[in-house]
Amino acid sequence: MDARQQSLQELQQIKKMMERSSKFSSLSGLSGIAAGVCALVGIWLVVQTIAKWKQDHLKNIYAPEDELAKQLLVIAIVTFMAAAIFSFIFIFLRCKKLGIPVLGRSARRVIINIAIPLFAGALFIFRLSTLGTYELIAPACLIFYGIALVNASKYTLDEIRYMGLTELVIGIINLWILGYGLIFWGIGFGLVHIIYGVIIWWKYERNQTETL
Amino acid sequence: MSNPIENLNKTFDSRVRLGIMSTLIVNDQINFNDLKQLIGVTDGNLASHIKALEEIGYIKVNKGFIGKKTNTTYTITKLGEKSFQQHLGALEKMIKTMK
Repeated sequence: MDARQQSLQELQQIKKMMERSSKFSSLSGLSGIAAGVCALVGIWLVVQTIAKWKQDHLKNIYAPEDELAKQLLVIAIVTFMAAAIFSFIFIFLRCKKLGIPVLGRSARRVIINIAIPLFAGALFIFRLSTLGTYELIAPACLIFYGIALVNASKYTLDEIRYMGLTELVIGIINLWILGYGLIFWGIGFGLVHIIYGVIIWWKYERNQTETL
Repeated sequence: MSNPIENLNKTFDSRVRLGIMSTLIVNDQINFNDLKQLIGVTDGNLASHIKALEEIGYIKVNKGFIGKKTNTTYTITKLGEKSFQQHLGALEKMIKTMK
């Protein structure tokens, strides 16, 4: 090996160490795909539940709105938890494969930087719902989620930044097309997750022999 | 014509030292265990390289506590930063001039 090749290799190793120590790069595209599928299933259940409630209402069967709201809330919580659990499982498996600690320092930074805007967003959305401005809930979810992703993207794959920007744009468009929240959720939490999941999988995981 | 190899810093000959410097140049500070995990070496090996870099004055050792447990963190010094940048420059030059 000549000196030039040696220098190249050394530089590459330095770059790898810099990235590895400052970024959490063992995200799994499969997590995104799983989260997106969960979101779409959840939204489908919501649509079905609302349709059934409307039918009952028309047939004069007793169907209180409280009951509907409760059912929708349960669906939302189960969907969110399923998405979170599946995402975690795939990230966990990827970390194990690459031999990287799951809750290492860079992963912790990603989590904290996602959590701060999401926490503020949760309070904001809770307040929106208590004030009865339901139409703003869907765009607010998308916008805060987008901000959270952009914020955390400094410490992880670049794709997360673009995914965050995509969520932001979808949320902002939703602000001017109120009342179609479910469709925008389907796009933002369903399709966008699946698309970026496929991109990340294609780019980083397709060749499983590649290691850090 | 000067030989570009002369500009390479001998201190950075080892993979472990290179790893320590690369990590510290992009992180404000880092503790022993995280560094160990990142580079993938034994305690003793890492400790000896840290000591060497500290003695030359490239890195600074900060002893602190988290509760009752000791938490030793490392930061890069101005001199360390400068030397590492020079080393990077020399590497780049080698690649460019020896085509």
